Amino acid sequence: MIPGDFEYHRPNSIGEVVSLLSTHGDEARVIAGGHSLIPMMKLRLAAPEHLVDLQDVAGLVGVSEDGGAITIGAMTTQTELIASKVLAENCPIIREAALLIADPQVRYCGTLGGNVANGDPGNDMPALMQCLGATYLLQGPDGTREVDARDYYEAAYFTELKDGELLTGVRFEKPVVGHGYAYKKLKRKVGDYATAAAAVILSMNGGSCVSASIALTNVGDTPLYAQAASDALVGTALDAATIDQAVALAESITEPASDGRGPAEYRTKMAGVMTRRAIEEAKERAQ
Amino acid sequence: MNKKHVKMTVNGKTVEGDVEARTLLIHFLREDLGLTGPHIGCETSHCGACTVDLDGRSVKSCTLFAVQAENADITTVEGMAAADGTLHAIQEGFMQEHGLQCGFCTPGMIMRTHRLLQENPNPTDEEIRWGISGNLCRCTGYQNIVKAVRYAANKLNDTTREAAE
Ligand SMILES: Cc1cc2nc3c(=O)[nH]c(=O)nc-3n(C[C@H](O)[C@H](O)[C@H](O)COP(=O)(O)OP(=O)(O)OC[C@H]3O[C@@H](n4cnc5c(N)ncnc54)[C@H](O)[C@@H]3O)c2cc1C
Ligand code: FES
Ligand code: FES
Repeated sequence: MIPGDFEYHRPNSIGEVVSLLSTHGDEARVIAGGHSLIPMMKLRLAAPEHLVDLQDVAGLVGVSEDGGAITIGAMTTQTELIASKVLAENCPIIREAALLIADPQVRYCGTLGGNVANGDPGNDMPALMQCLGATYLLQGPDGTREVDARDYYEAAYFTELKDGELLTGVRFEKPVVGHGYAYKKLKRKVGDYATAAAAVILSMNGGSCVSASIALTNVGDTPLYAQAASDALVGTALDAATIDQAVALAESITEPASDGRGPAEYRTKMAGVMTRRAIEEAKERAQ
Repeated sequence: MNKKHVKMTVNGKTVEGDVEARTLLIHFLREDLGLTGPHIGCETSHCGACTVDLDGRSVKSCTLFAVQAENADITTVEGMAAADGTLHAIQEGFMQEHGLQCGFCTPGMIMRTHRLLQENPNPTDEEIRWGISGNLCRCTGYQNIVKAVRYAANKLNDTTREAAE
C-alpha cells in the first residue's frame, strides 16, 4: 500500500501548472483533494512521476454568481459546496448530491474539479453536471476552451481533457426559480459509490412540465444523460403513464457492470427506481 | 529517491523532517514523530482510525502525503489533554460513557468529534451519527460512542456558559 515515488511540485498559479504539465506530459498528474488519486497510487493503478499539487494555486476556489450563471472553482471542496449559500438558494440539488458522497472526512478534501475531471463512472458530480447542462472550463498550453459536460466523458477514465490541460472550474445557468429537483442514490452503506443514482431537474407551469433533465450515475462506462427520458416528460402533467415511459427510456440506455454492487439487470432496474423516485420528488418540490 | 524537507505545526510545536515525497502523513506522524495515537486501521481511506485535525478539517492521514501538509497546523489525539494530564472533555466522555472497548478506533473518533463539536456544538443524536459516519468501530455498536459525544457536548457547553457568566 505504498505509492510509487514521484517528484512533488507545489506551484502558485495556473500558468505554472500548465507549464509543468506541458513539460512532463503524461508523466505528470495534478493532485487536488487526492481522495481518488492517492488510493489509486497506493494500488499502483496510477504511478505519476510528477505530482503537481493545486492547493496553493490562486483563483481555483469558490462559488460565484454572474447574472444568471454560477461558476464553481475546481478546488472547491464538497464541504464548501454543502455550505454555500449561493448554491442552497439557487441550485440545492448540488448540496443534496454532495451530502451523499463518501463521509465527512472525504468531503473536507474531495474537490468538485477532481470529482468531475477524473472520469470515474462511480463519481456523483459528473451526472449532476450533465443534468444541469454545465460547461467545463479548461486551460492548457494553447489557452482556454470550454467543453459541455455532456460531451466530456468518452469511457471510464477517458475524457476530453488533453495532456497539459487543467480543469479550472465549471459554469452553468441557474435552473429556473421554482424548479423541482432531486438526486436519488442507492448505496450499500455510507461511503459507498452508487449502485445506481439519478439526477432530475424539472420545471412546471400550470400543472404541465415545461422543461426536464435527467442524468444517471454509475450504470455505464460514463455518466449518462438521458435525453429521450427527459424529452418524454416535457408537455405532460407527469402522470403515472408518462413517468413509467420515462423510467423505461432511462433504463434502456444503461449498461452497468455486474460487480459487488449487484448483477447488471438489477442495477438497470435500480437506475429505473432511482429515476422514478427522483422524478416524483422533483414534481412535488416544483412550484 | 526524492527527499523533501517538510515543516509543519503538530500539537502546537513546530516540527521538521526529511521525507520521501510518497510518505503518507500517517507514517510521518507515527514513525518520524513517534505520535502513535493516530492508528492505521485500513490504509484504504475507509475506517477513520487515522483521523487528525488539519487546518480546521478532519482528515484521514493515510490519504494525504506528508508533503501536502507542509505549513499545516495539525492536532492529533496526543494534543487533546492539558499539559498537566487533565483529560479533554471528549476524552472524559469516552471514559465516562464507556465509549470504547478495544480502543483502536478511539483516537480517530476523538479527533473527528473535536471538529464536529466545533462546527455543531449541540448536535442531535442523528447529527452525531452522520458526523462520525467516516469512523468505523468494530466493538461498541456505536451506542456508547454517541453518548460519549453527547457527554462532551454538554460539558463543553456548560464550560462555555460558565465562562460567559
Ligand atoms: C472512502 C471514499 C469514498 C468515496 N465515495 C464517493 C462517492 O460516493 N461519490 C463520489 O462521487 N466520490 C466518492 N469518493 C471520491 C471523492 O469524492 C474524491 O475525492 C473525488 O472524486 C476526487 O476529488 P479529489 O479532489 O480528491 O481529486 P484527486 O484525487 O486529487 O484527483 C482525481 C483525478 O482527477 C485529476 N484532477 C483533479 N483535479 C483536476 C483538475 N482541476 N483538472 C484536471 N484534472 C484534475 C487528478 O489528476 C486525478 O487523476 C470517495 C472517496 C473515498 C476515499
Ligand atoms: S487507516 Fe486511514 S482511513 Fe483507515
Ligand atoms: S472500540 Fe474497538 S474498534 Fe472501536
